[in-house]
Amino acid sequence: MRGAASTLRHELIGLSGVLERNANLVKRYAWWELAFFVWSLANTLTIVFIAKGIHAAGGKLDVDRATTTLLIGAVIWSYLGVLFEILTETVAWERWEGTIEYTFMAPLARPIHLIGMGLFAVVYGVIRTAVLFAVIAGFFSLHLGGANFVAALIVLAVASVSFIGIGMMTAVLPLISPEKGMQMGFIAQGILLVISGVYYSVSVLPQWMQWLSTISPATYALRGIRHAILDGYDVGAVWGDIWPLIVIGVVAIPLGLWIFGVGERHAKRHGKLKRSG
Amino acid sequence: MTAVEVHNLRKEFLRRDAERSGLRRRRRRVPALDDVTFTIERGECVAILGQNGSGKSTLVRLLSTLLLHDGGSARVFGHDVFTDQRAVQRLVNRVSVEASFFKKMSSEENLSYAARFYGMTGAETRERIPVILERVGFPTRRRHEAMEHLSRGMQQKVSLARALLTSPVLLLLDEPTTGLDPRSKLEVQDFIREVWASHDATILLCTHDLAEAEALADRVGILDRGRLLCLEPAEELKERFRSQTLEEAFFAATGREFEHEDEDAERGVFA
Repeated sequence: MRGAASTLRHELIGLSGVLERNANLVKRYAWWELAFFVWSLANTLTIVFIAKGIHAAGGKLDVDRATTTLLIGAVIWSYLGVLFEILTETVAWERWEGTIEYTFMAPLARPIHLIGMGLFAVVYGVIRTAVLFAVIAGFFSLHLGGANFVAALIVLAVASVSFIGIGMMTAVLPLISPEKGMQMGFIAQGILLVISGVYYSVSVLPQWMQWLSTISPATYALRGIRHAILDGYDVGAVWGDIWPLIVIGVVAIPLGLWIFGVGERHAKRHGKLKRSG
Repeated sequence: MTAVEVHNLRKEFLRRDAERSGLRRRRRRVPALDDVTFTIERGECVAILGQNGSGKSTLVRLLSTLLLHDGGSARVFGHDVFTDQRAVQRLVNRVSVEASFFKKMSSEENLSYAARFYGMTGAETRERIPVILERVGFPTRRRHEAMEHLSRGMQQKVSLARALLTSPVLLLLDEPTTGLDPRSKLEVQDFIREVWASHDATILLCTHDLAEAEALADRVGILDRGRLLCLEPAEELKERFRSQTLEEAFFAATGREFEHEDEDAERGVFA
């Protein structure tokens, strides 16, 4: 019992080290963070203006609703981007700095290491996404009085468990391919969102893509968040989207850890667990 | 007590040939370590000499749990390096040729990150980091500066501090003074001596600096093309090969000049 408590303490101290390091990096790269935020802002605006553009071209649509629908898709795209990027940096950044050997030879359980990265990614991603959402909503003077933001946040939090699991799967790619592994994370992000109805209803997708959308956590996240913000649904009303997220999360985390473990063993066997160059 | 036991340790890497066989490049298995056997007693300092590509770094990385072996065995204080990795990781730390830090972060932030993985709390690191930095001769007032603003010698001192902060009982030094100016080199060597004397540490020093090996180590081994040719006190080594210097002994043992590295470099086993 005492041994287990001591091990748990050791692991939690390690996890705090991961969180602290990431916070230090954000602090040290603060101006770059601001630059990337401006890029996210510009990117999101290009999507969200589409609704007004269609209206101006004579299309008939509820501009406010369509704008909010697009905005939710764009901020979730941005959130997933942050999440996958931070998780992929578990390997990629350490490899680039050359610290990877010191980190991977340290006595910290890999699941704790990855969960630490995931936790930071969620906290940082949620704050960044909330600010992005608020700025864009203000830009378009969207009326969101009836929105249930608490329910939307709960859906996002539950979905994040699955996203972390998928992020763990992509995090190992830079170990296998140091040159192209990181970009593969962006491919996974794109595929996940295109089948999940990022800017449209999944019902417009071909049948085989609709089938794929049922196993994508982003489908339920986008639908649940849209219901909560556009229709004011509470947690009970979006439960139909929450429970599949719980099921996918229960599968995704162990699967992500297993895949990362397989990748790490491959890297150790082939001498790829080392600094770049 | 035996600190390190290595028996017939073997590691190979797959390398693609420049020549193509059909559409694909042929692959060949290159031995990085070939049936290496040795032991290190607790408190001993052993130096392994070898040229670039001789297998020194592969040996260090195997003992650091960063590589999986292809044959043989390795134990650190009785723990199997390949099946009991967590136990080994708690006992080992290393200093390598590249200091390797998050460059924008300060030395204090980098050390704090590394120490947490070994179970040191924030309060403990805040207390110990200035003390350990002072011991390695690092001006503590500069501990908040980004690593990228420090000289190579300063960075290597922080690297030593990182290894010592976790109180390792086995310290793996992989060319720790390569690329340092003469003064920094001497300071690092003095510090290694001090740690060895005061820390009850066992040291495995991999280097191609003959003088460093002779000055620091109880025994000196020669690793050539993945094979450990000998491991004995420097004086016995010179006597055995009827040499005046370690360089001559190296030549007699390997049949090659110490500076001649082309052949090893061509083996392509720098992993």
